Amino acid sequence: MDWQALWLSLSLAAWTVAILLPVSILFGRLLATRTFRGKGVLEGLVMLPLVLPPTVFGFYLLVTLGRNSPIGAAWQGLFGHQLVFSFEGLVVASVIFNLPFAIQPAQRAFEAIPTSLREAAAASGLRPLSALLRIELPLAWPGVMTAMVLTFAHTLGEFGIVLMVGGAIPGETKTIAIAIYDRVQAFNMRSAATMSSVLVAISLFTIAATFALSARMGRKLDR
Amino acid sequence: MNLTRRMFGAATLACGIASLAQPAAARAQEVPVIAAASDLRFAVQEIAAAFAMETGHELRLAFGSTGNFARQIREGAPFEMFMAADESFVLDLARDGFLRDEGALYAQGRVAIAVPNQGSPLTADGTLQDLRRALGAGQVSRFAIANPQHAPYGMRAMEVLQHAGMWAAIEPSLVLGENVSQAAQFALSGSADGGIIAWSLAQSPQLRPLGEFALIPAEWHQPLVQRMALVRNAGPVAEAFYRYMQMPVALEVMARHGFAVPG
Repeated sequence: MDWQALWLSLSLAAWTVAILLPVSILFGRLLATRTFRGKGVLEGLVMLPLVLPPTVFGFYLLVTLGRNSPIGAAWQGLFGHQLVFSFEGLVVASVIFNLPFAIQPAQRAFEAIPTSLREAAAASGLRPLSALLRIELPLAWPGVMTAMVLTFAHTLGEFGIVLMVGGAIPGETKTIAIAIYDRVQAFNMRSAATMSSVLVAISLFTIAATFALSARMGRKLDR
Repeated sequence: MNLTRRMFGAATLACGIASLAQPAAARAQEVPVIAAASDLRFAVQEIAAAFAMETGHELRLAFGSTGNFARQIREGAPFEMFMAADESFVLDLARDGFLRDEGALYAQGRVAIAVPNQGSPLTADGTLQDLRRALGAGQVSRFAIANPQHAPYGMRAMEVLQHAGMWAAIEPSLVLGENVSQAAQFALSGSADGGIIAWSLAQSPQLRPLGEFALIPAEWHQPLVQRMALVRNAGPVAEAFYRYMQMPVALEVMARHGFAVPG
């Protein structure tokens, strides 16, 4: 069992969730409540990582974040090390790759809130922020939580991108999924089996949590 | 109201976890990362353990295909030392200024045919006569080598098969490992009939019980001259390991793992 790799994966997932939580709420609500030119394109872009092969995505990340790219060069100037092949690089990749998982369920949850309720809140003189915090989020939070749980689980399982932009550096970019791959190549089947079963357990728990949350959301809206 | 508070609790918790989980980068900086060709997996792990015992310095080892590591070093991967399975990759990187110098030779590798213990129509025969017979009889369904596009052992396996005049016949049956240890894993998993892998892997206690192995004549392929070098940003620990790799104690381990060593 590679505890370092598990810890690294958990940190990566926690960072991804922390960054995507506000994105999930703001973008989910925006896409649910507004209509504007180019909305379809934006929704399509958000969903793109779902259908794009991770290797394609990894390739573009290497090109756009690599040493010779403007972003990569700026990062190198600011922090003194490369963005690709670093933990921060994985966070960037993971945030982008999880956009559909973070935004979609939140968007559905905000869409389920009747417009009349929003109008009533506005008519009662609640400012938009208060309305969001007091009326909409309490109703939409199962959707937002589902989004975060999915993001967390999906980050733990991500393999292709990490392989492309990570470099399998122990303690830096060698996540649990990469560690399993590495153990199989090292003929350490017992260790690979242990780590795989840990991932299976986490994934099962995640799916159970997601179902429980959706059931809760359904109940809430029936009321 | 209650729900709002709970939601904020969850959000705060998430942020808390994230801030606890400081990027591993910060604490890992002092421990250098060594990029090593995957034929070195067992030998260099042993040497690194001995090095840690003797000097108290830990190393982080990354094993993979030489070609991939060379590409990653070009793109700025933070490896401090590069141990290649083929010297051309090191010489190219040195010429382009990514390495401190052209480094040093540390071993010469050999290739071997591997046949899993059960379910294979093949026998381990270094002259590949038995492989030729099985191919002719249509008995070979899957045969594993490393990817010849970027893995030196894959290139040598291809040369061996070309030398024996079997490349065209065996090509449709090939399964390609990303590096030679994945090729070995394929070859011995029982899902393939065999493969051509590194002799150094065949010598390891992890693989030896899984199959039969036979050396393939060294004259059948370009030599696997293995060269290592320090990357430009290498620190003192990597420098010490670089020197350690050239000492008799390390060379003895390499020899025991089936490498021909310099000197």
